[in-house]
Amino acid sequence: MGKARGKALGSRAGGRKAKPPANPNPFEVKINRQKFQILGRKTRHDVGLPGISRAKAIKKRTQTLLKEYKERDKSNVFTDKRFGEYNTKISPEEKMMKRFALERQRNNEKKSIYNLNEDEELTHYGQSLADIEKFNDIVDSDSDTEERGMLSAELTASHFGGGGGLLRKKASEPGEEEEKPKSRKELIEELIAKSKQEKRERQTQRENALELTEKLDSDWKEIQFLLSHKTSKLEKKNKEEKPKPDAYDIMVRELGFEMKAQPSDRMKTEEELAEEEQARLKKLEADRLRRMLGKEEDENVKKPKHMSADDLNDGFVLDKDDRRLLSYKDGKINQEMDDPNEEEQAQEGSEEDSEREGDKESDTGDSEESDAPDSHSDLESDVDSEEEDIVRENQKKKQLQAPEKKPSDANQKARMEAARSELPYTFAAPDSYEELKSLLSGKTTEQQLVVVERIQKCNHPSLAVGNKAKLEKLFGFLLEYIGDLATKAPPDLKTIDKLVVQLYNLCQMFPEFASSSVKFVLRDVVHEMEEMIEIKGRAAFPGLDVLIYLKITGILFPTSDFWHPVVTPALVCMSQILTKCPVTSLQDVVKGLFVCCLFLEYVSLSQRFVPELINFLAGVLHIATPNKGTPGYTLVHPFKPLGRNSELLLVSDKEDMDTWPKKGLPLSKVNGLKDCSETETNHIRLSCVSVCLNLIKRCLAMYGTLPSLPEIMKPVKVLLKEHIPECGHPRELQELCQSILQEMENQGKNYQPLVCEKSKPVPLKLFTPKLVKVLEFGRKQGSSKEEQERKRLIHKHKREFKGAVREIRKDNQFLARMQLTEIMERDSERKRKVKQLFSSLATQEGEWKALKRKKFKK
Amino acid sequence: MESESGAAELGRWLEAALKSRSGANAVFDILGVLQSDEEDDILSATHTCSRLFGALLERGELFVGHLPEEEAAMAGSGSALQKYKVWMRHRYNSCCSRLAGLLGHRSFKVKELALCTLMKFVQLEGAHPLEKSKWEGNYLFPRGLLLSVVAGLIPTEVDSSLLISRFQEYLEHDDVRYHTMQAVVDLVARVTDTHQQQGVPPMFWNNTFTLISAVSLPRQQSDISNFYVKHKEMLEKWKVTQLKEHKHVFEKMWFSFLKHKLPVSLYKKVLVIVQDSILPHMSQPSLMIDFLTNAYDIGGAISLLALHGLFILIHQHNLEYPDFYQKLYSLLEPSVFHVKYRARFFHLADLFLSSSHLPAYLVAAFAKRLCRLSLTAPPEALLMVIPFICNLLRRHPACKALIHRPSVEASGLTADPYDMKEEDPAKSHALESCLWELKTLQRHYHPEVARAAMAINQALSPHEVSIAQLLELSPYEIFEKDFKKEESGPVPLEFLQPQGLLGRRGDLSGEHFTLD
Repeated sequence: MGKARGKALGSRAGGRKAKPPANPNPFEVKINRQKFQILGRKTRHDVGLPGISRAKAIKKRTQTLLKEYKERDKSNVFTDKRFGEYNTKISPEEKMMKRFALERQRNNEKKSIYNLNEDEELTHYGQSLADIEKFNDIVDSDSDTEERGMLSAELTASHFGGGGGLLRKKASEPGEEEEKPKSRKELIEELIAKSKQEKRERQTQRENALELTEKLDSDWKEIQFLLSHKTSKLEKKNKEEKPKPDAYDIMVRELGFEMKAQPSDRMKTEEELAEEEQARLKKLEADRLRRMLGKEEDENVKKPKHMSADDLNDGFVLDKDDRRLLSYKDGKINQEMDDPNEEEQAQEGSEEDSEREGDKESDTGDSEESDAPDSHSDLESDVDSEEEDIVRENQKKKQLQAPEKKPSDANQKARMEAARSELPYTFAAPDSYEELKSLLSGKTTEQQLVVVERIQKCNHPSLAVGNKAKLEKLFGFLLEYIGDLATKAPPDLKTIDKLVVQLYNLCQMFPEFASSSVKFVLRDVVHEMEEMIEIKGRAAFPGLDVLIYLKITGILFPTSDFWHPVVTPALVCMSQILTKCPVTSLQDVVKGLFVCCLFLEYVSLSQRFVPELINFLAGVLHIATPNKGTPGYTLVHPFKPLGRNSELLLVSDKEDMDTWPKKGLPLSKVNGLKDCSETETNHIRLSCVSVCLNLIKRCLAMYGTLPSLPEIMKPVKVLLKEHIPECGHPRELQELCQSILQEMENQGKNYQPLVCEKSKPVPLKLFTPKLVKVLEFGRKQGSSKEEQERKRLIHKHKREFKGAVREIRKDNQFLARMQLTEIMERDSERKRKVKQLFSSLATQEGEWKALKRKKFKK
Repeated sequence: MESESGAAELGRWLEAALKSRSGANAVFDILGVLQSDEEDDILSATHTCSRLFGALLERGELFVGHLPEEEAAMAGSGSALQKYKVWMRHRYNSCCSRLAGLLGHRSFKVKELALCTLMKFVQLEGAHPLEKSKWEGNYLFPRGLLLSVVAGLIPTEVDSSLLISRFQEYLEHDDVRYHTMQAVVDLVARVTDTHQQQGVPPMFWNNTFTLISAVSLPRQQSDISNFYVKHKEMLEKWKVTQLKEHKHVFEKMWFSFLKHKLPVSLYKKVLVIVQDSILPHMSQPSLMIDFLTNAYDIGGAISLLALHGLFILIHQHNLEYPDFYQKLYSLLEPSVFHVKYRARFFHLADLFLSSSHLPAYLVAAFAKRLCRLSLTAPPEALLMVIPFICNLLRRHPACKALIHRPSVEASGLTADPYDMKEEDPAKSHALESCLWELKTLQRHYHPEVARAAMAINQALSPHEVSIAQLLELSPYEIFEKDFKKEESGPVPLEFLQPQGLLGRRGDLSGEHFTLD
């Protein structure tokens, strides 16, 4: 209780400060002087009014505490039931209004308990408002009579007072003796006349309106009757018609509502198709260039170009900008793959798979076709035409890309057809690698191809839910299978060659999965090499399968990107192969050259610089020359200037040199070069040198713009100029050498001094104040928010506690004081009464003595 | 069965030999078993010997003092007890020599047990010396026995690193370590003497190195308190209690080892540990200078390794080494990016070039040379060397001309003024050149390298980039980093359809390779 009061007092003290007395008595003011002025500190207690506050406290206590104290022994309680008496939130006026309303309600309730029919009557001057209204109406409808005049006179009398006098005077109206009353009377008359006229006008107006409305009503009734009559008839008619629909009407309606054939796009001409294809390629190329320059990140951050006026400018975009995604999906091919299936679905609807398979069977097996039921024929033709479409389109594409491959295509197609006829038509997607292997083993390349193709078709993602996962798995298995084919002796490269296309198609369908599985394959390769390096300090050249995987990576993914999740690791892997694996045999040279070739292919578009490539090529040239004491160039790991393998490619047989035919290096023999005869080995050596020189030439063309090309090519140049000519290579190679040297000479040596880009000027330092969160003074700082809050609460509690104790103490003092005054009052009363008694007794005694004395005197 | 009965028999003999002097001839039987070829027999016989002579040593039943010839003692006049003691001592000696021989046994178990037994004898002999002390407070230690142990530890033919690692626990003891070091000095001298003509086999050096690299001295004098042989009181004047003497012997040991011609692989091993475990324990580290300068002049990886030792000598021991930076400059070869000690070398090079008092021409030459070499470097080295070069440029603002030369009259050079072949950095004209190599590397195939090289496009930021964590970068780590990097969008795909494995028309691999 004390606490509550204390709070109230405190709040009042705060409130008081806001409105200080205008001219306080200086003797009542206590100023708490501050020792130092502190900036930013709020001073709340610099001025105190002890007298006033004490008086207020006392007053408050007398109102509350004293009252309680006085009523401490009383058991009956006075409750004030007036509405909102102690509610301070309601303003007095409102309070009065509410009370009035309540009172009225109470009255009303009491009355209406027994008067069920009567509503509350509103009155004006004691008259029911309803009556007045009625009366008015009647008055209006009446014509002008004396009565009305009387009435108005009465009205005026009542308005202007002294009605009785007026009435009497009215009787003697014609006599106009007295000036004053007359003039007043005239005035009144005028007023009356005016009001009458007004009233009349109003009345005529109202009459007119009434008349018009009545007329309208009557008119409306007539029309309404007519209308209602008509509609009912129509309804009847309809009811009659419904059970017997007219065939013609139905026909008309059906024709009207029938889906009209939508005008389809006309077939595109070949030129248009080519143009479209070109546009698509152009767009993809532009995309590729952007990625090559590594601008992707900036682009992604870019805001959408269009900005609506309602844009909140908070960077929120509702739809993802998926245009890029579409373009990457290689939409066209996908669509072509998807479309037939979708249409099939749309047309066949719920037709089962088996039926469609039957169709396919019938369309391939010629003899069955004639037996096929009629109802299926149109579907068949659909399927046929679609397939043909696909084939045609594919062909067109191929023609566009590689017109010279046409005859081989046809040939292949024929073989494919042959393969097709021998195989079953449906294949379940393999669940494990072994399954796929058993499916494909023992079949020819064409058959394998058909099997893979059919697996894909039977499990197209649009046919069933789980097919996506199945085909994703198929990609992984195919990859593994290709690795297996490559490690076989002899490697089945022909099949791989064909399977790559399938792999590419699958990759287009599932880019995410494809990339991750290729990544894992590469990781295995690198991991193996790393382990070997850790154990032996060097690694052997990886097998053909790794080379194939690297090549496939280049086929499936764009190699020119600045950063690519698959290609960049592949590049690191190739770099490791070229730097960490020492060349110990001829097949290592072939493998290394193949990796070099891949490197060049990878960077052919982006024209990036590959140091390992040049090192390796220089090394290959080195091992093609006889050893020298002082080479005049420096070799880089893994090549050594002297040693067992430093003359690996040296050919000394003159005859072999002359018979050397220029041809490509055979990849399939990479694992089995040891069995070759000496002549063949020599030929391969020469081929290696030739490939190496060709690659150098390519490098030279590619790196022509690099600023330090001469330094890069220096060892190669020395080798070509001084060492290679001594070997007596065939004429072709010598010519190649010369042309490379010529090209090197032609490369313009232009060294432009480097200049940094101009950086932005540093802005002047501005001395704007640093804005930091204002921390309250006198509070422990530097702790966490919870800790601060806790401390604050503890502090507050302490303060409140102190205040409460003080208040209680003051309460007690006050009570004690009151008790003391009470006691003193009681005592003084008693004293007074005793005195009074004594005095009365004394007077009594005095009187009595006086009487006695008188008696004696008498 | 046989071994069990053998063990029981051995037990009986042991009991007989220890019970009374009359049963002493059982010792012959035990020693006979010790000579056998069976591994189990040897093991149990060794155990028995250990118990037998251990007990005898403790009882003091072995002859103390200079041992006379057996025959002479037997024949000569003397008490029976005296004769018995002399005889027993001879048996003890033959047992010890047999055990030392067993250190070269083919089975590791036997070797280990022999070693432990011998070390037990060393302890007991130290406590009950078999020599007469010549004066009061004479320090006695069974040096002869320990010498035979150490000789067994460093054989000339077989690798004994396992046994040495077992021996390492004894090296914890200060006295054993002290005397082992002395023994090594003796042994090295002896072995080189005997193998003067045909040359010391490299296995001996390997074993010796394994043993002496296991020796590590305590840091403070107060740490010398752990003795294998417990004496009642350790006198201050004994050499074995003084760290100074330990250091002296340590130094002697290493010099006796290093003064010989060592195999190249050992050179590398020595140089790897030289700054951590050899130089701090030497009383006069500057004596190592000959060794280190010789190693530094050898060239290649050994030079790289000798760098650190030399640096410590220059830095802490006031060594004056002329042309240090020129030598360092000549160490920069293309192979420096491919050797195993790349991280170490660049760490040191960073240290050497961190001084801001180096002349600008020198730093420029280093930067330019590194740049030139980086044209042949693999990506993991490039990721380290490009920030390295940038740091050099940051430290020496005069070298910023290498990447920023706005003066117009120098434009249109026909060749790089820098001379790669010049040995002297002062004459290499590096300051007149520019780092075009970095410009080239901006087109490196690896995105991180290209990005790092892009740093020179803008004015360099004033803060150096720490290369500490880049030093040990391996290609596998780079691969893993790329592998784990998350791609935000969809994976970009190739949009041109392939015709086959060797790709489309005009592809290089199709031109130069065929499938069959």
